[in-house]
Amino acid sequence: MNARNQLKLFLVEAGGMARFTGNFFTQVFKPRYETAELLRQCFRVGYHSLPLIGITGFIMGLVLTMQLRPSMIEYGVESQIPAILSIALVREVSPVITALIFAGKIGSSMGAELGSMRVTEQIDAMEVSGTNPFKFLVVTRVLAATLMLPILVLLNDVISLYGAYVGVNITGHTSVQLFIMQVLDNVSFSDLIPAVVKTFFFGFAVGIVGCYKGYFSKKGTEGVGVSANSAVVVASLLVFIIDLIAVQITDLLGFN
Amino acid sequence: MEPVLQHKEVVLDVSNLCKSFGNNHVLRNFSLRVLKGENVVVVGKSGSGKSVLIKCIIGLMMADSGTVILLGKDVSLISVNELDKIRARVGFLFQSNALYDSMTVRENLLFPLRRHWLKRESTDEESLVREALANVGLEHTLDMMPAELSGGMRKRIALARTLILKPQLILYDEPTTGLDPITSREIIALMNTISKKYNAASVIISHDMNCIKMAADRVVMLIDGRCYAEGNYESLKKHDDAKVAAFFEGE
Ligand SMILES: Nc1ncnc2c1ncn2[C@@H]1O[C@H](COP(=O)(O)OP(=O)(O)OP(=O)(O)O)[C@@H](O)[C@H]1O
Ligand SMILES: [Mg+2]
Repeated sequence: MNARNQLKLFLVEAGGMARFTGNFFTQVFKPRYETAELLRQCFRVGYHSLPLIGITGFIMGLVLTMQLRPSMIEYGVESQIPAILSIALVREVSPVITALIFAGKIGSSMGAELGSMRVTEQIDAMEVSGTNPFKFLVVTRVLAATLMLPILVLLNDVISLYGAYVGVNITGHTSVQLFIMQVLDNVSFSDLIPAVVKTFFFGFAVGIVGCYKGYFSKKGTEGVGVSANSAVVVASLLVFIIDLIAVQITDLLGFN
Repeated sequence: MEPVLQHKEVVLDVSNLCKSFGNNHVLRNFSLRVLKGENVVVVGKSGSGKSVLIKCIIGLMMADSGTVILLGKDVSLISVNELDKIRARVGFLFQSNALYDSMTVRENLLFPLRRHWLKRESTDEESLVREALANVGLEHTLDMMPAELSGGMRKRIALARTLILKPQLILYDEPTTGLDPITSREIIALMNTISKKYNAASVIISHDMNCIKMAADRVVMLIDGRCYAEGNYESLKKHDDAKVAAFFEGE
C-alpha cells in the first residue's frame, strides 16, 4: 500500500471516529437512560480490572524504588526517594501505566465483544427488539470506562506508593509515618488534580476506540480479531497523545 | 386475485424497492404484498438479495427508493419510536440466529419482552418465557448459555425469541438452512402451527423444497433483483422459464 492510500485510510478512520464521538454526545443526554446496563458495565469494567491494577501498581512502585536507589545514594539524596517517587508515580507513571493496562484489557474486550456482536447480527437483533444499540452498548461502555479509570488510577496511586514503601524498607528503614509525611509534603492538589483530570480523557479514549472498532467490525471472525487488536493499538497511542497534550495544558495553566 | 382475499387486511406492502451497494444493484424494483394470515416463501440464489430485502422491510437497512408499508405504516417516514412500536408486532428470525452470547436463554427471551415499551401490565414474564420455550420444546434449556446448545437448538431458541411477543407478521431468514431434514421438518411444522395459532402472516426466505411444499401459500422468486415469478409450488414447477425451472431441477 502506498503512502497516499495510507493517509486516506487514516483520514477516513479519524473522520469515522470523530463522527462516532459526536454521536456519543448527542445520544448520551437523550432520555431512555440505560442506567441498569451502565451500572453493570461499571462493575464489569472497574471491578474486574482491580486485581490486575493492584498487582501491577505494587510491582511498579517496588521496582522503581529499587532501581532509583543506587543513583540516589551516589548523589547522597537517599532520603529524598519517597519525595521523588511520589511525584513521579502520582503525576505520570501511575495514570499512564494504568491507562495502558486498561486499554489492553478493556479496550480489547470491548472491541472483541462488540465485534462479535456485530458479526453475528446481535446488534441488529437489539435494534429490532426496540433497543437503540448505540445507546445500550456504546454509550454505557464509554461512560463506564470514563468513570472507572480515574478510580482505578487513584487506587493504583495508593498501591504503588505502598510498593514504594516496601521498596524503601527492603534495605533501609523508614517508618510508615515518616514515609506518608514525606509523600504528603511533596504531593499537593496541584499535582493530583491534573493527573486525575487527564485520566477521564484516557478512559474516554479507551472506551470510544474500543467501541468504535467493535461496532464497525468487518464481517467474519477475522474481523473480530482485527477489531480487538487495533482497538488496543489505537487506544494506547491515544493515551500518549492525550498525555502530551495534557502536560502542555497543565504547563500553561501553571499547575507546577 | 381471489375475491375472498381482497377483503383481507394487507400486512406488508413492498413496492418498487431498489437497493444497491456501489455498483452492485441488489434489488431492482422489487414488489411484494402479503395479506393477513398468508405464508409467502421467497426463494432466490445465494447473494440474490433476500437478506437485504427483509432487512429493508424491518428498517435495518434503508432502501434507495421504493416504499415499504409495514402494518399500515411507511417504515422510512415514521419516527424511531413509532418504528419500535411496529417492530414489537413483527417477528424477525435472523439467518445467523443472533442469540445474545452473553445472556442465558431466559435472558435472551426476556430481552424483547422487556425492551419493547409494552406496558402490558399484569403479564407474567416468566410464564410467557415458559410458554415460548414450550412451543419449541426446549423448556429444560432455560438457564443454559447459547454456547452450550446445538445448532438446531439455537435455531429453535431464536424462533422462540422471535415469537415471544406474538407477532402479527413474522420474517424468517432461512429458518432451516444447515439443519438435518428431520429437524428442519420439525421447524417448518412449528412455524406452521404457530402462524395458525396466532393467525400471523409470514415471509419465509428459504431454498428448502420441503419448506416450500409444507409452508408456502405462495412462492415468490427473487431473480435479478425483482419478483421474477410467483405462484404456488405446483404452478411454478410447471413454469417453462429456464431461470425458474433451474430451482426445481431434480425435484
Ligand atoms: N452491508 C453490505 N454492504 C455491501 N454489500 C452488501 C451488504 N449486505 C449485502 N451486500 C451484498 O448484497 C448482495 C445480497 O446479499 P444478501 O445477504 O441479501 O444475499 P442472500 O440472498 O441473503 O444470500 P444467502 O442465501 O447466501 O443468504 C450480495 O451481493 C452482498 O455482497
Ligand atoms: Mg441471506
